[in-house]
Amino acid sequence: MMTRAKSWLYTTIRHFLSIHKISDASSRYIILRRNITLIMLFVTIVPLTVMGAINHFQYQESLKNEVIEPLRVLLNKTRHSFHLFLEERLSMIRFISSAYTFEQLSDPATLNRLYRVLKNEFEGFVDIGLINGKGLQIGYAGPYSLENKDYSQQAWFQEVLIRDSFISEVFMGYGKVPHIAIAVQRVEHDGTYWMLRATIDTNKFDEIISTMEIDAKSDAFIVNREGLFQTHSRYYGDVLGKSPFEILQGAYETTIDETVDPLGREVIVAYASFEKPNFSLVVVKPKDIILRTWITLQGEMFFIFFASVFVIIMIVIKLSDVMVMNIKEAEERRENAIHELEQNQKLSAIGRLAAGVAHEINNPLAIINEKAGLMKDLVTYSPDFEKKQRFLDLLTSIINSVGRCKTITHRLLGFARHKEPRLEPLDINHLVQEVVGFVNKEMVYRNIDLRTEFAEDLPRVLADQGQVQQVFLNILSNALSAVHDNGRVSITSWEEDKRNVGVSIQDNGSGMTEKTIQRIFDPFFTTKKAGGTGLGLFITYGIVKKLGGDIKVHSRENEGSTFTIYLPKVNGETDKEKAE
Amino acid sequence: MKSISVMLVDDEKEFVDTLAERLELRGIGVRVANDGETALPMIDDDPPDLVLLDMMMPGIGGLETLRRIRDRNPEVAVILLTGRGSEQEGEEGIQQGAADYMMKPIEIDQLMEKLEKYSG
Repeated sequence: MMTRAKSWLYTTIRHFLSIHKISDASSRYIILRRNITLIMLFVTIVPLTVMGAINHFQYQESLKNEVIEPLRVLLNKTRHSFHLFLEERLSMIRFISSAYTFEQLSDPATLNRLYRVLKNEFEGFVDIGLINGKGLQIGYAGPYSLENKDYSQQAWFQEVLIRDSFISEVFMGYGKVPHIAIAVQRVEHDGTYWMLRATIDTNKFDEIISTMEIDAKSDAFIVNREGLFQTHSRYYGDVLGKSPFEILQGAYETTIDETVDPLGREVIVAYASFEKPNFSLVVVKPKDIILRTWITLQGEMFFIFFASVFVIIMIVIKLSDVMVMNIKEAEERRENAIHELEQNQKLSAIGRLAAGVAHEINNPLAIINEKAGLMKDLVTYSPDFEKKQRFLDLLTSIINSVGRCKTITHRLLGFARHKEPRLEPLDINHLVQEVVGFVNKEMVYRNIDLRTEFAEDLPRVLADQGQVQQVFLNILSNALSAVHDNGRVSITSWEEDKRNVGVSIQDNGSGMTEKTIQRIFDPFFTTKKAGGTGLGLFITYGIVKKLGGDIKVHSRENEGSTFTIYLPKVNGETDKEKAE
Repeated sequence: MKSISVMLVDDEKEFVDTLAERLELRGIGVRVANDGETALPMIDDDPPDLVLLDMMMPGIGGLETLRRIRDRNPEVAVILLTGRGSEQEGEEGIQQGAADYMMKPIEIDQLMEKLEKYSG
């Protein structure tokens, strides 16, 4: 089942990422860009997210420990303070019970003196009482009159009997002040026993808790085993009220709970139990205080994370754009190079074939020419006969046709000869003007408006004069064929870039269809009804390419055509150098 | 006016004979040879005003024939005929001492002009 799901996933992803052969070029690049973008986003954002998440949780963990550890120390220290406080008082009472006999203590003067000493030297003592074995308080020193109070039925009395000493929970004594009682038992040699009991107010508890320096939103208090407050709680009730938190008894190690308090705050409850009495010291801290630093930090981290993701996305999109553009350009260049190579091979193959054919045809053509010429001579020199003029016309026609054939064979032979161009620096403006001179008569006769716009200080080009003349003559002748009488031909020259000079010949003649434009450089392709060899532009193209230039055509039917020829400058020649 | 005498040297008999007849019709004295070896002694015997010499011939060929004519009879003008439509070939011939060159098929009027020009 797993394998199947896995292979399905694999197939789906492959299908999504693959570039289908049928899709056309532009959608191919769109898919390519999408894939590059996705993969780059995946390999950048996924690790970033994983790292961010790990960081987030680890930091949370360590910060929690960092916050909780001091809390633990504080709890232990405070618990220890309580312990010391209670133990000290218990020891004092125990000491008195050992140092004095029952008889001595029974003396109110002694008890009162001891009470005064205790009150002066030890904080918190409220009263002290001597209780005999029957539970009757036979001596008392303190603010209340509690002589002869019977404690025999009270739970603490029973406990002291069993355990020798006792520390009570907090209770509301006389005057509604919270107290605790401590008591020790003394067993005499004769088996009789008595007890010394002291009451201590719990102000000192609050003092100890206040030394914890708990912040205003937090709380610290002591609860007994029933969960009743033994000290005042800032938020959850007064002494002897019920604590809302569930405190496990006997948790001597610091225990930490997370819960929601009655005020609806998320809080951390940390507590540690006492051994004697059975109390627990509790600290309640709202989580937001503990984690405030963490939350601030997280906020910053989230901001950094999202900012980086945003920046990454921007960069990835831009980068894949550039990459795909480069790929596209490279592919186009390659295609053009292949196309050019094909064109060149076609040129040379056609050239060789044409030359062979032309040479073979040239000799019989010469013979036809001479025979027809001789016939014409003979007819011309013979006396008038019927249809003499008709014969002459026919022969002239044959000779003219031979002339046309000759034009073709000579052009083909000239093209195929692979004559190396004789390169020399040429002033293209001057050269074009010369060519214009060849056709000037026709233009004047047909009232054609010639506009020339030659760039001044045009760098010279490196080319073969005869060939370049032929190129411009071909194109100019075509332009003249395309324009109607009174039409317009514009010739413009300019410095194209660091390497090339451009010359455009524009006419407002009949223009060409898309289909025609695609074929104009093919050999023997002509749109001229009579007299076109279909070799003019074919040869022009060959020459321009051979000279290291380029030729471009822009045309619209019924609007005219523009032929632009680019020719290489003399190596690195600038206007300045030319001037020197 | 003295009549011009021309020597035609071309291996293409059909061509050269017809051309000869046409020139004769125009009052020019014409002799014909079909290769260089035949032509040279004829030129030595009776130097013509002008030799019309085809470049592509069996045997010693056009350029070699031209050289020998120049050696022996430098006063005889030579016009080369080329069948390959090659200006380069013609230019080469001029460098070797030919007076001019023409590309086949030739136009009789042009040829006549050149004959007048170089026979003087």
